[in-house]
Amino acid sequence: MASKRRGLPEINAGSMADIAFLLLIFFLVTTTMDVDSGISRKLPPMPEENVEIPEIHKRNIFVVLINKNNKILAGIGSPTNIIEINGDGSISSLKDDVKTFITNNGGSPNSSDSPDKAVVSLQNQEGTSYKTYIQVQNELTKAYNELRDEKSNVDYGKDFNRLDNEEQKKIKDFYPMKVSEAETKAN
Amino acid sequence: MSKFKKGGGKGMPAISTASLPDIVFMLLFFFMVTTVMRETTLKVTVTPPEATEVKKMEKKSLVSYIYIGSPTKSQQSQMNLSTKALVQLNDVIYKREEIIANSEIQKFIDSERRQKDEKQQNQMTTSIKADQNVTMGIVTDVKTELRKANALKINYSTKKAKDAN
Repeated sequence: MASKRRGLPEINAGSMADIAFLLLIFFLVTTTMDVDSGISRKLPPMPEENVEIPEIHKRNIFVVLINKNNKILAGIGSPTNIIEINGDGSISSLKDDVKTFITNNGGSPNSSDSPDKAVVSLQNQEGTSYKTYIQVQNELTKAYNELRDEKSNVDYGKDFNRLDNEEQKKIKDFYPMKVSEAETKAN
Repeated sequence: MSKFKKGGGKGMPAISTASLPDIVFMLLFFFMVTTVMRETTLKVTVTPPEATEVKKMEKKSLVSYIYIGSPTKSQQSQMNLSTKALVQLNDVIYKREEIIANSEIQKFIDSERRQKDEKQQNQMTTSIKADQNVTMGIVTDVKTELRKANALKINYSTKKAKDAN
């Protein structure tokens, strides 16, 4: 009996739940759970002066040109001297063309020597729409992803993204993604 | 029958709600930790293009965003702008010429870098959130400026599309 009279009276914690609910609802409303996703690329560093650009044999370059009307031209060789593969301006066969180009391994004299020498050169014009550009980037990524998946299935018996880091690195070294982007050409 | 009702048949005893605040606080903390407050209000409209081969972005705190698109309706009327594509950095929108002339992107990247630890600076990524209808001219300008600023890790923000095959 005596102990009840001593000390402070207890604070009523009944409204605690209400306060917490209020805060909870605030954070629930403001939370954005969306995960950002996109296509990752690495830009080349600015060229240093007096550094010679290494020459690449023209059979190792796969050129993709996108013009201002969003038509695509793909072929092997230098942009001025190109052996056309896909001249109809569509995107449908691009992925398979890139794949055959990369996995040529010196088979055809007009295609790449080996996967690690193969370079894809992507060129676009001022007026090219971003949508088409992303579609092409997507197809190129898809070509590489499929090749890496195929190789990892042969070597390790599972998909590429299920491998551990070291195994992934080995496959990445076998199929390095070399997409070069020249400056936009004025038209 | 009445074997189990000896307690006096006056219905169930009240459930103690004493732990309710604790449960709610737990939820609250979860949402507080996961919440990322949007710092910038978009002044340009961005409808990202679709792609299938997308990767999720990790470490959101190390990502800086560059928005490219035509200004929103309210911006157009307020600031007397045309529908021409503009670049938004933080809360300011710039014309294409201003980006090149004043190297605004380099300033932007520098200020972003200063906010991060030195260790994390090389892990920083720049996400380009461009509208699908912009032309590559302005995107290429932004990319060139990023190269000058030595911010080489980029990500083209896209929506995940369902695989056609």
